[in-house]
Amino acid sequence: MQKAVLRSLPEPHNSRQPRWRELSLLGPLSKWLMSFAMTLLGLALVTFAMTRLSPIDPALQMVGDHASQSTYQAARLELGLDQPLPVQFLRYLQQAVSGNFGQSISTGQPVASDIARTFPATLELATAAIIIGSLIGLTLGIAAAMRQGGLIDAIARFVSLFGYSVPIFWLGLLMLLLFYARLHWAPGPGRLDVMFQYTVKPVTGFALIDTWMSGKAGAFRDALAHLALPAIVLAFHALAGISRLTRASILSELGQEYVLTARAKGASLSRVVFVHILPNIAGTLLTVIALAYASLLEGAVLTETVFAWPGIGRYLTTAMFSGDMPAILGATLVVGSCFVLLNALTDVAVARIHKGQAR
Amino acid sequence: MTDALLTVEDLTISFPSDNGPVPVVKSISLTVAREIVAVVGESGSGKSLTGRAIMGLLPCRAHVRASRMLFEGIDLQTLGPAGWNGLRGSGMGLILQDPKFSLNPAHRVGRQVEEALLLHTKLSARERKQRALDMLARVGLPDPERVYASYPAALSGGMGQRVMIAAMLINRPMLIIADEPTSALDRGLQDQVLTLLRSLTEEFGMGLLLISHDLQQVSRYADRVIVMRQGEIVERLPASELAQAQTAYTRGLWAARPSFATYGTRLPVFEDSGRPS
Ligand SMILES: Nc1ncnc2c1ncn2[C@@H]1O[C@H](COP(=O)(O)OP(=O)(O)OP(=O)(O)O)[C@@H](O)[C@H]1O
Ligand SMILES: [Mg+2]
Repeated sequence: MQKAVLRSLPEPHNSRQPRWRELSLLGPLSKWLMSFAMTLLGLALVTFAMTRLSPIDPALQMVGDHASQSTYQAARLELGLDQPLPVQFLRYLQQAVSGNFGQSISTGQPVASDIARTFPATLELATAAIIIGSLIGLTLGIAAAMRQGGLIDAIARFVSLFGYSVPIFWLGLLMLLLFYARLHWAPGPGRLDVMFQYTVKPVTGFALIDTWMSGKAGAFRDALAHLALPAIVLAFHALAGISRLTRASILSELGQEYVLTARAKGASLSRVVFVHILPNIAGTLLTVIALAYASLLEGAVLTETVFAWPGIGRYLTTAMFSGDMPAILGATLVVGSCFVLLNALTDVAVARIHKGQAR
Repeated sequence: MTDALLTVEDLTISFPSDNGPVPVVKSISLTVAREIVAVVGESGSGKSLTGRAIMGLLPCRAHVRASRMLFEGIDLQTLGPAGWNGLRGSGMGLILQDPKFSLNPAHRVGRQVEEALLLHTKLSARERKQRALDMLARVGLPDPERVYASYPAALSGGMGQRVMIAAMLINRPMLIIADEPTSALDRGLQDQVLTLLRSLTEEFGMGLLLISHDLQQVSRYADRVIVMRQGEIVERLPASELAQAQTAYTRGLWAARPSFATYGTRLPVFEDSGRPS
């Protein structure tokens, strides 16, 4: 009875629809931009603090141990190290925004151009891995849910357990040992054979696209072969989570009443899953895939070292070992921004999906 | 009341438990012809499970046994998955309690109303849409075009239940099982929706199995009433004779209806029912 009173909406009128849709759109967007900016600011603050807390003196690193006192002072002045910290931070922010992260000590190149060279390699690997991982992960999760308790379900459970528990670098080493050292199926480390490295012009920085555009079929095949093994290892890691979550969310939807309604209309199990359930869990799946993608970018540090993949992860590792502060900061800031951007884009996409259905 | 659409004999539904299978519906028999048969009983008496067993939609844990389950000459117990999918949505339909949960939030109303046509007929998209619009108008929805294009979230409860009725009746099934179709609606709307269901049942020449816990209300719409308690049928009688019901249980159900007269007083509780309703 209580419930009935609460629900007494006037029948033909739709009172649940927000009246000022246009206005209400402005709210979330500005809120989103604010949190995006705040996260980036926080990231900049942390990286800035890293430079100031680290024992490495940037001025000394620039001029070398044997420079005279006056050269050292001039360098300090040039880097603005005599200024108060807030001023230094503002200067750092301004430079970061304009893409100027200074010069890498170990490569002697501007950090920005180092990143422009290495980041596409990471992006290419992570993207290939997430495409493979989500295709297989979704397929496996859907099949496992539809044949709950069956053979495919058992296989999916095993695969995801394995993917969760085996460290990426260990799996990478194992695969290299098997497919490269033993079977000679996979090409060696790196992105391209030396043969092609100087004949294919790097335009986009993505080896697959560059070799494709060069028109050399052999080069493209070589790039693909180099990409395959690390991409599969990373994909394996990603599909563990994706398949588990796909299975779990389909199973929980199968108990919903709208599914019973669809079945009562004569919809088959596969129609129920693909036509009725998937649109309802699209937002959840998208979020999981985006999170997996972000963690692949983040995990690049390990994989790239194992596979000698010249991406930003390996660049960062090298920079850390040599105490190359500008390179560490630049790479951290770029990877961090990507992370934040990816999360924000996912939020927007999920909100869009839900907004469509609220109409 | 002439020849039966549906014949169920000795239907038993049980669930496995630690102490062996527990029967929750115990050897019940019923028939439905082109008429309205109400199934009433307290909560947990097995009404919903009975309805779902007839549609072949019980959870797979449930164990079903019957000496006969016939629908229009089809032996339901021998149907495979494809046979069931062919029968549901064309021969029989199911209306659930709350359209907020029983309509798919991700599909537009039009698509959901048309689905049975898509699955069971060879009509073109245009013909399907026309039939859906006609049906939406037929269940009393104003502005069918707008309802057709909207998502369920934009509908009120009463509109949602009309959409649900349209979706289930569009393919002219012979039998509709309505499981508490008005419990989620408020009073004024309940009678509107039940009146609509009754007039469509008569117009389409269907059978309607109307599941409810409100004996008084349902008696005004049904031809016959079947009273269930703890998985068993305790009484069956024409709706017109309800006031002279034999068992104390049925008379208790009759009196248990919450109304303004009983507001503020305790509703009757049946002794040894084990479960307050
Ligand atoms: N999946 C299940 N597993 C075990 N027992 C169940 C299951 N579903 C229902 N039951 C039991 O079967 C009995 C009958 O359930 P049913 O849903 O048919 O009752 P009902 O008459 O529809 O009641 P209500 O008025 O509350 O809807 C209940 O006692 C319930 O506990
Ligand atoms: Mg019920």
